[in-house]
Amino acid sequence: MADTKARIERPLSPHIQVYRFMLTYVMSGFHRVTGAVLYFGIVLVAWWLMAAASGPNAYAKVQWFMGTFIGRLVLFGYTWALIHHTLGGIRHLIWDSIHGFGPNEREWLARATLAGSIGLTLIAWIAGYVVMGGAR
Amino acid sequence: MMERKTVTMKTPLGRVRGLGAGRSGTQVFWHQRLTSVAGIPLTIAFIVIVIALLGRNHAAAVQILGSPLVAILMLLFILTTVYHMCLGMQEIIVDYVHDELLKYLVLMGNIFFGFAVGLSSVYAILKLSFGV
Repeated sequence: MADTKARIERPLSPHIQVYRFMLTYVMSGFHRVTGAVLYFGIVLVAWWLMAAASGPNAYAKVQWFMGTFIGRLVLFGYTWALIHHTLGGIRHLIWDSIHGFGPNEREWLARATLAGSIGLTLIAWIAGYVVMGGAR
Repeated sequence: MMERKTVTMKTPLGRVRGLGAGRSGTQVFWHQRLTSVAGIPLTIAFIVIVIALLGRNHAAAVQILGSPLVAILMLLFILTTVYHMCLGMQEIIVDYVHDELLKYLVLMGNIFFGFAVGLSSVYAILKLSFGV
């Protein structure tokens, strides 16, 4: 009897799998994940600065890595994470000011954050390629 | 029962005012917001600086990174970001790491990582600025 009782699956604390898909909770997760990615991504910034301070050879190595496909991919991911987390942060600051909690507003904010981060990342990369084409 | 009770002149409100469960009240919340507001213009500046340096050789990069305005913006960006990210990672750690010993080890590691990466960057920027 004890075993049959133990096997009854009772609902415990509800988690995301029991809720209908909502963009707002996905964006909440994205904010934390991009934050964690940026936490480790700053190693790249430190590496880049240390290399610049070390000399031409070390700097050339960073430039070589950033020029490879993997390097470009990492850099693109870092750019998007940085811009997305910044826009997500602005969204949180709007909420901190007790605005934007309405059903339409929070949905709009979630979409604007995502569209904004993708759009601004592309703009930043286009600007980057324009600069690289000009300054070399 | 009664002999263990600490005698205090403080009112219950006075005891909890500005404190809370973490013994530091809303200080972390406030610092997270403070660094996030500062981070908005500094992140824009950082992205602009990186784009401006793309494709340039070492000598040009050193000259730009070592110029006062760029160096100061980079220092502010690094300091603000490292503090902000350590507070954020601390929040993630206390959310997911429940083993007491492991939690404190990871919390220490978080601070060590922040100092290592922050100080490395600051050292590099200062070296680029002051030469040697």
